[in-house]
Amino acid sequence: MDKIGEIIKKFPDLSRESLIPILQEVQDEFGYLSEEAIIRIGKALNLPVSKIFGLSTFYNQFRYSTSGKYHIRLCHGTDCHMNGSGHLLDELMKLIGIRDGETSSDGLFSLEVLSCIGACGQSPVISVNGEYFRDVTKEKLGEIIDHYRHLEG
Amino acid sequence: MPDAKNILESDVFLESLMRFDDGRYSGDIEDRLGILRREKISIPLILISTGTAGLVAGSELTRRTIKEYLDERGLKAELAEVGSLGKCNDEPVVSIQMPGRTRLSFKNITPDQVVPLLDDVFHFDVPSDMLIGQHFNEHHDEWKNVPFIHDHPFFKNQQRIVLKDCGIIDPTSLEEYIAHGGFKSFIKTIRYYTQEEICNIIEMSGLRGRSGSGFLTGRKWKIAFHTPADQKYLICNAEESDPGAFMDRAVIEGDPFLLLEGICIAAYGVGATKAIIYIRSEYFQAIKCLEHGITRLRDTGFLGHNIFGSGFNLDITIRKGPGAFICGEETALINSLEGKRGMPQTKPPYPASSGLYKKPTVINNVETLSNVPLIIWKGPKWFSGIGTEGNAGTKIFSVTGNVNSPGLIEIPFGTELKEIIYTMAGGIKEGKKLKAVNIGGPSGYIIPEDFLNTPVTYENMKAINSGLGNGGMVVFDEDTCILDMVKYHMNFMKKQSCGKCIPCREGTRRISEILESITKKPVDENGHSTLERFKGVIQLESIAEVMMETSLCGLGQSAPNPVISALKHFREEFEEHIFDRKCRSNICKGLRTFYIDVESCTGCSLCAKKCPEDAIFGTPLHPYFIVEDRCTGCGLCFESCKFSAIIYK
Repeated sequence: MDKIGEIIKKFPDLSRESLIPILQEVQDEFGYLSEEAIIRIGKALNLPVSKIFGLSTFYNQFRYSTSGKYHIRLCHGTDCHMNGSGHLLDELMKLIGIRDGETSSDGLFSLEVLSCIGACGQSPVISVNGEYFRDVTKEKLGEIIDHYRHLEG
Repeated sequence: MPDAKNILESDVFLESLMRFDDGRYSGDIEDRLGILRREKISIPLILISTGTAGLVAGSELTRRTIKEYLDERGLKAELAEVGSLGKCNDEPVVSIQMPGRTRLSFKNITPDQVVPLLDDVFHFDVPSDMLIGQHFNEHHDEWKNVPFIHDHPFFKNQQRIVLKDCGIIDPTSLEEYIAHGGFKSFIKTIRYYTQEEICNIIEMSGLRGRSGSGFLTGRKWKIAFHTPADQKYLICNAEESDPGAFMDRAVIEGDPFLLLEGICIAAYGVGATKAIIYIRSEYFQAIKCLEHGITRLRDTGFLGHNIFGSGFNLDITIRKGPGAFICGEETALINSLEGKRGMPQTKPPYPASSGLYKKPTVINNVETLSNVPLIIWKGPKWFSGIGTEGNAGTKIFSVTGNVNSPGLIEIPFGTELKEIIYTMAGGIKEGKKLKAVNIGGPSGYIIPEDFLNTPVTYENMKAINSGLGNGGMVVFDEDTCILDMVKYHMNFMKKQSCGKCIPCREGTRRISEILESITKKPVDENGHSTLERFKGVIQLESIAEVMMETSLCGLGQSAPNPVISALKHFREEFEEHIFDRKCRSNICKGLRTFYIDVESCTGCSLCAKKCPEDAIFGTPLHPYFIVEDRCTGCGLCFESCKFSAIIYK
């Protein structure tokens, strides 16, 4: 299936303004922007690859490596910071060895740090594949990670 | 719901919507609207808060448990999902309405609370420990000895205009919105007013931009209206990326049609036939609400070509912001929409005269646009009567941090900050003292307690060297380290600086470095880090001033605000960090000094193995010691010691 082609076809005018929506759709489909995707989009929109890469790296949303099976989103808003989300970041580094935007070598976990989910009052908050956890402590984080590791046997 | 669902397909209804005078309809229509307003219900109604705040608190599980409860017992009840009431730490909130009785709202309904709650309420008993309050409604019998929600300290002094239906109505139901008086203003607009009159009404009402600038909304519309062009645009700025601000999201998730109606009216006033909602891509739930809402409006003829025969055309599209704080700035947002990097441009020309594709473009924030429908309906005099002179209407604050009841608080302008924090938000957690308040997010100000008796207006906030920002308010208790918070804000701004102009790009970086070094011990043998620390004394203020004066856009100009305000009000804390190398709140880890208690140390050598700096020495089975000069204060030894022999001060 040629998914990238299909996505590009959805934008008939192929103007510069469609670039960001196309990138977003490709990322929604594949979880990241592959080299191939960027080249294909460049050809379709008649834009140099460097321009597209320059644009996509400007924005926080785009990733360039596959996301893990379990995608962890960690909120690092003011309230979460006050309640220790910074420590959670360190703890994740210790537990899985990944930083913001990275994927663990076994492909199981990936991490994305968000500026604010907007669930202040229940902080710190993380979500794993869309499932939310509130008032996360270091211990609770360890349990959550263990839980997902166990699912894999 | 019975036949009421199809009410929009009945011509009678639409016709009477067009013909209304005083807002009341006759007979049959009014009955059907009553059903939609949930005035008469035949089976119990259960509403679950499934906005983001609710979802995070686990409302999905609560919903499933309630469904199981009903299925197991063969009970009939209508389940609906609503937005948040705005009181975050009460989530998941469940509201129950028994036929003929007023609606009750309950807090913290986790799955294990579902059975006791429903058992009680279905037997007309109110469990007071879970109760928030009952909602007043003239059509319903009230519960005896149950407090009203409008008497609850969190809600009592709020004046909810924008948030009035959040958590009350089903955000997916256009019919319910209309039954609550929705879209009357839009119909009134296209039937009775010219475009210029709409701009005049909004200008007369004194509505000002709610995203912080405080520019008169009506005046902005007029500029765009009077600029001749073949195409004009209206953009709704929902790129709410400030950490700690979530009022826009709550409005969209709780009452999306209010915003959409505001957009329709604004587009008419400006003469725009294309409206775009630029929303953060992380707001999944809000985007879903808007997508659904727009589809409904297109299907029912509120959007499209020649709307209700008025000759006015409009379509609304959603564009997801790919994640950049700077895109909240008007010109950066326009660049992003045009498929470029979100970098700001010099103003003038202002977008209102030359914006998207060089066409006149009005950009308004979500809260601003959500005020519009009621202004049109109730008139500019009504609106300017709320708040103070020159500061009409209400402002929503999202109060978070060390307060007992964090959440969304909508107050008329002129309310004192003290009242918001101590009365509505319930005061400081654990009875601690307030140290400072951060208003306006990471580029906002940090102000001490002395200024809390200031009534909130755009001008007053400027007078105390603060700003309103978009209304994010984070409260710090006495145990918060101001430097840590300033450092956090600066790190955020450093990441979000777009890099176009040098003062902002370099300034945020340098300030960040300086703050980083003064919250660490000077361990560098070459003395470089000592110099960095000393820069804190001599350079911090001057860098901040240069940034404020020379940056291109609002981001760079306001980025040093936390530093400047903190230096002004909490200078002694900076000096303590720099000269005494001490953090009074013990937050700055790098400044901690560790000791090993000779009595408790068993000489297990674990700490020496863990120490990344090789700062711990000793002989096994004898007490160890830490070389202070080498210690960076990381605390790994402290965490690893099994005998609590390591202490710090």
